[in-house]
Amino acid sequence: MLNRDAKLVELEHAGIYRSGRWLVQDVTMDVKSGEIVTLIGPNGAGKTTTAKMAIGVIDIDAGRAQRQQNLTVGYVPQKISIDWTLPLNVERFLHLTHHCSENDIKLALKVTGISHLAKAQIMNLSGGEFQRLLIARAIVKRPRLLVLDEPVRGVDYTGEMALYKLIETIRNDLNCGILLISHDLHVVMSTTDRVICLNGHVCCSGTPKNVTASSEFKSLFGQRIASSLALYDHKHDHKHGLNGSVEDQDNRSKQRNSSYEVDTQDA
Amino acid sequence: MLDDFFIRALLGGIGVAAVAGPLGCFIVWRRLAYFGDTLSHSALLGVALALLLEVNISLAVFIISASVSLTLLLLQRMAPLSSDALLGLLSHSALAIGLIALAFMTWVRVDLMGFLFGDILAINRLDLLTIWIGGALVLIVLWRIWHPFFASTVSLEISRAEGLKPERSEMIFMILMSLVIAISMKIVGVLLITALLIIPAATARKYSTSPEQMAVLAGLTGLASVVIGLFGSLEWDTPSGPSIVVAALVLFILSIIPGPRLKSKLRIKSDSKDPLKSEVKT
Repeated sequence: MLNRDAKLVELEHAGIYRSGRWLVQDVTMDVKSGEIVTLIGPNGAGKTTTAKMAIGVIDIDAGRAQRQQNLTVGYVPQKISIDWTLPLNVERFLHLTHHCSENDIKLALKVTGISHLAKAQIMNLSGGEFQRLLIARAIVKRPRLLVLDEPVRGVDYTGEMALYKLIETIRNDLNCGILLISHDLHVVMSTTDRVICLNGHVCCSGTPKNVTASSEFKSLFGQRIASSLALYDHKHDHKHGLNGSVEDQDNRSKQRNSSYEVDTQDA
Repeated sequence: MLDDFFIRALLGGIGVAAVAGPLGCFIVWRRLAYFGDTLSHSALLGVALALLLEVNISLAVFIISASVSLTLLLLQRMAPLSSDALLGLLSHSALAIGLIALAFMTWVRVDLMGFLFGDILAINRLDLLTIWIGGALVLIVLWRIWHPFFASTVSLEISRAEGLKPERSEMIFMILMSLVIAISMKIVGVLLITALLIIPAATARKYSTSPEQMAVLAGLTGLASVVIGLFGSLEWDTPSGPSIVVAALVLFILSIIPGPRLKSKLRIKSDSKDPLKSEVKT
């Protein structure tokens, strides 16, 4: 296993310049193995652009971007539109970029709660189902770095909580780095190791606690949100299945012990 | 056997259809119909050039189409115009320049209609060889780039993020397109090549559940169109290219007539009747 502190990606004073203005500039950040880094900020703050810079989807116009050699990436983009003329089912979509084994596919579908859709055509999926599929596809090859751009958009509330839980589990079991973009500040503050607050540049960054206490965060999101988050200390006393049901005690303890890798052997 | 012009046309047409089908799927998926038009229209410029310099026509057409697609890539980066407008600009300028160049060459007697709509009589052994070798080459290369190119068709961003280098396969695809246009020009003609790319793929869409299946079905549909079209052309003395396209159109229309769907509905109905009946009986 690689050093836990190994930097998977690193941006130094990176920026993107498009038609006369800087979309983002002077972004310095990194993601290490085993940590969840979340980008937050208002619309147009450059969250998606920053994520794309980090994994080389767009080339930077200033600064430096460095990725670990042979870094494997799983990417859930913010937008994806698939032409309806494409005959494509869920299983085929899972090995879109890399071939993967049947077991990998089964497991990825299982943990994202869409096993029953394995043979479904993509154009017939609902928004939430498709979003789960995107996550399943991103994790199916167990990448070293996961980049999730608003991964739970369109997923129902209980499913959302379960998927965030899943993201944490994946991090723990695969020890991969996760770069997350999310609007849900409450979830962000309770599950993230580091928060980077963007607004065209890096406003502030650090642990959720430090960021919510900072004056930059308060001026960007308002005093009220800041203080509500500071008080917010999320504790789960029970678990939800992906369908939203509260799971029973036995199942609960079993689920706590089970891990992504243990599941592999089951599947 | 190859002495018979009709057999040669049939063999040539089959070779072209087998290649045009799979490639046409990408044209449909990526919405590149107009791009195909642009390349094929510019083929006429290639013809003019070939006659002027007295070189192989297919070779000249290939070189011109490939340069037009590279010019397009260049213009897309430089000019403040949409790809759509750029394609229109390139397409019709190339066609116009080609027509003027041909008109100037009064010393060559050119069968313009043959180039525009295809000419089965003109297929010789060398053409057949070009079609089959060129076609096999296109299919092999397409097979090699299939996986990354399909991934970038679904999502450019994902394939770039996950290290597939989509630019490379996209460039290769453009060259394959130019090759297909060069080899299929004699069969269907400059103005109708895009039809042979798109219509079989559109017909195959309805019966396909995976991209690979659609590619194979499109090839087979194109093959059927060529055979039906050429026999029709022989029977009614119609131009070969348009006949093939009309045959493809007929197959497409047959595919969208909701016949099979009605049948399956009926089948469901009759299936559902049975358990009801047995329930009533018990």
